[in-house]
Amino acid sequence: MGEDSVLESRNGRLAGPASAKQLFWACNGLALQGFGGVLAVAQSELVERRQWLTGEQFLELLSLSQILPGPNIVNLGLMLGDRYFGWRGAFAALAGLLCLPLLIVLGLAALYSQFADVAAVAGALRGMGAVAAGLVLATALKLSSALKANVLGLYGCIATAACSFIAIAILRWPLIVLLAPLGVGAVALAWFRIARND
Amino acid sequence: MIDFMMPAATLSLPDLLGLMLHFMMLSLLAVGGAITTAPDMQRYVVLQNHWITDAQFSASIAIAQAAPGPNVLFVAAIGWNVAGLWGAFATLFGSLLPSTLLTLWVTRWREQRRETRAVRAFTQGLAPVTLGLLAATGWVLAEPFVRQPAQRLGALALVAATVVAMNTSKISPMWLLALGALVGALGGL
Repeated sequence: MGEDSVLESRNGRLAGPASAKQLFWACNGLALQGFGGVLAVAQSELVERRQWLTGEQFLELLSLSQILPGPNIVNLGLMLGDRYFGWRGAFAALAGLLCLPLLIVLGLAALYSQFADVAAVAGALRGMGAVAAGLVLATALKLSSALKANVLGLYGCIATAACSFIAIAILRWPLIVLLAPLGVGAVALAWFRIARND
Repeated sequence: MIDFMMPAATLSLPDLLGLMLHFMMLSLLAVGGAITTAPDMQRYVVLQNHWITDAQFSASIAIAQAAPGPNVLFVAAIGWNVAGLWGAFATLFGSLLPSTLLTLWVTRWREQRRETRAVRAFTQGLAPVTLGLLAATGWVLAEPFVRQPAQRLGALALVAATVVAMNTSKISPMWLLALGALVGALGGL
């Protein structure tokens, strides 16, 4: 596993984290910036700022995280860490993502009821909530460029993404109900397209 | 306040183990994140065992979303309210261990076969599905504000400003969140 990534960086494509320690601090930093969800920060840190992953690789790991049980961002961190440093890397990413935020959550749980009724606090939480929603939408928009080389083609991708958006956002289907037909269908279509292209 | 400062830290060891085992089981069902299994957590800790109230359960989720970090930490807040530090450990460890082991196993299996047609079809096919899901998540997060007439305009403005700023500048998301907090605290939505 490690060999692949070493080769990749030798070919001058992408340099990953230098050590498990660096990965820990990177994960720690992005977790602490991630109010209302870490995904948007993870994309801007890992893809744009540190350039450890291309947009395409990020989307690939995210897809896999999405269909596996467990928190997406945690799964993504585990896979990233494991790819570079095996168990140590996976643990470094996990610890980085969770340790300090856990202390903050427990601290807030202890303080919460004192401040829950203050109007400014409730308003600030709403404002952050709206920005968090915008961050996720912006991430989706940015990652859409990673679909350029997709075998499903432009219209295939748009149709598939639209179906998954409508099923989850508007119809509120459970994820599994969507993934069964749409996920399997899209993968099957990609399977035939790859054969044709090769 | 006393409820939160000093949670009922008196769960017996078998109860604590039961709590952890229940969250372990839910961990493997949590496709789409732990939040998708929240209804069953509520059923277990509120309705079935009466360890915490409905209000404490909802507050646990709100707290985790207000704090930085992965949203899965809401399970730790639930555990804290049920049985203090040990409760937080039981729920968080239970929620993470099974899905973590499965993820590591799958990613290693896949790395060895990354160039095979099946794995390529799998990643390429799922990429647009994931993108649609991401957009749906943004929508679901924004919707509660947009539904309230008093908050609609302010919320839409913040969402739009965020999307534009993120796609046209290199500004850190943290500054946008700070802006959102400021606008909200001043009564902007």
